[in-house]
Amino acid sequence: MIYVSQRRSRLQRSLDRIPVLGDVLSRPLGLLGFLIVFAFLVVVIAGPLFAPYGYAQIDVYNKFSPPTSLHALGTDHLGRDLLSRLIYGSRIALTTAIPAVAIALAGGIALGLLAGYLGGYLDHIVVVVLDSIQAFPALVLALAVLALLGPAQTNVILVIGLTWIPGYARVTRAQVFSAKENLYVEAERSLGASGWRIVLGHILPNILAPLLILAAMDLPVVITFEAGLSFLGLGVRPPTPSWGSVLSDGFNNIFQTPWPITWAGLTLMVTTLGFTLFGETLRDVLDPRLSGTRRA
Amino acid sequence: MLIYLLKRLIMTIVVVLLVMTILAALVNIVPGDAARTMLGPRATPDLIQKIRTQMDLDKPALVQVANFIWMTLHGSLGTDIFTGRPIGSLLLSVLPHTLILAWSSLGLAVLLGIPLGVYSATHPGSWLDRVTAILSISFITIPSYVAGLFLLLIFAVQLKVMPVIGAGELSQPWDYLRHLILPAVALAVTWIGYLARLVRASLLEVLNADYVRSARAAGLPQRLILYKYALKNAVIPTVAVLGVGIGNLMGGAIFVEIIFARPGLGKLIFDSIESRNYPIVRAGVLVVALLFVAANLLADLAYTVLDPRIQLDKKRV
Repeated sequence: MIYVSQRRSRLQRSLDRIPVLGDVLSRPLGLLGFLIVFAFLVVVIAGPLFAPYGYAQIDVYNKFSPPTSLHALGTDHLGRDLLSRLIYGSRIALTTAIPAVAIALAGGIALGLLAGYLGGYLDHIVVVVLDSIQAFPALVLALAVLALLGPAQTNVILVIGLTWIPGYARVTRAQVFSAKENLYVEAERSLGASGWRIVLGHILPNILAPLLILAAMDLPVVITFEAGLSFLGLGVRPPTPSWGSVLSDGFNNIFQTPWPITWAGLTLMVTTLGFTLFGETLRDVLDPRLSGTRRA
Repeated sequence: MLIYLLKRLIMTIVVVLLVMTILAALVNIVPGDAARTMLGPRATPDLIQKIRTQMDLDKPALVQVANFIWMTLHGSLGTDIFTGRPIGSLLLSVLPHTLILAWSSLGLAVLLGIPLGVYSATHPGSWLDRVTAILSISFITIPSYVAGLFLLLIFAVQLKVMPVIGAGELSQPWDYLRHLILPAVALAVTWIGYLARLVRASLLEVLNADYVRSARAAGLPQRLILYKYALKNAVIPTVAVLGVGIGNLMGGAIFVEIIFARPGLGKLIFDSIESRNYPIVRAGVLVVALLFVAANLLADLAYTVLDPRIQLDKKRV
């Protein structure tokens, strides 16, 4: 018994030693989120190793197959293995979400720093433009732009990135406003530092944490957004398997087979739940003041 | 107060004008020939030319934008490039379906989400509180299209207890209601979870406030404190969120309308994308954006009326 409790406490202590992740993992929901995110990343990286078939490989004799020993999750209307399609689909999800959030983060920070630090008329203009972009529900704006651009993964990344910029620009701007009043900024200025030096060298590092938390929490939102666009046929082109296109194939054949919708839907739900739990725990650990800032 | 109202109104007008500019300019910002993209690879040069003239694409960008705003302000949203029907009446005919859908799911979310949140906040740590906490985060993370597909699959296709497609006729209220249930629930799921969490968090905060403690010390019954004093303040943040919520519901409604083959604004926009009828897409998106702006304005005003603590003169940061 003593031995066991020592081992537990050793685990606890080693968790404590890892600065942020340890805190996240010591909370049950954070641990659950981490495990799901970890499993997702493993599937993204090593997926092809254990995907039983290619994502476009057709098994003509087993169309609309329920889960069998041949196809663990069943097949779709062309006889493609659902498990394999979902495994490859995870790559589409991640390779869309990360660049898209990166674009939004970079663009938002740049705009927010400019507006927040310089203030004045420029600030007013930036705010009005941000308001106008946010006057469109994100999905509707994305639809309007993609209708002109045509479906392709790069277009989806660009559109999501641009639609998400205002959120980051707003947070950056607000943070800069409060950081600007700090004594270290005044000290720096009195030492003769240039505006750029103050903004990039001192203000930015100080306001980065909440922005990165926001980015982490946006990943699942962007993943579902991409799947939604692909569901509408405006995302990746077939036969590339986005989770959304698997759902769409299932929807078009809903009277023949329930399996594509079931599995793709569950995959999406579990993945977003994992990312959200992980992101929220991370936020609570890093910055308790921010709880409740999540966008719907 | 009046100055604030005026400022807010001017701001809204500027935003609306900018929204129209963005929509009109989108055709120019996007690389490639819009008319050609719209009509697809098999379009004849004649047709492309015709569309170009109809959409002002042969004029300079500034003229296009000015024309679009001018026409819109005069209540004309242009004509359908394929059938020649006015787009305005087309939008008007489907708008009620979308509004009914959005409002009923919002109502559903309020009716279920707020009581759940109140129960959780008044019984922290109880098993229902824990279940609600996990349920609400799961609900928040379910995309509306997944909820819609699951509901369709289970209740309409497998169990066959609900109608599969369409919205029914407004003249037959009972039938219309039956068609409304699944879509409204699909759209509400996220918001039930979201409101439950929000109300729980803000009510917990309010219940710890000094005035609630004073009321308790004065011996007021718990029920009275909760419903008359605490809850009133706790739902204020919800009002602000609901304004944004309308916009998200409009986005979600696109999915739900497509999945349940319901006529509506979202389905119209989507069908027009499929048929490459960009003027309808543009007009539909404009209407959605205007509804969103109006909802936000109303929520903002309601918020300032409800919460006198908000300082109106202070510059919003």
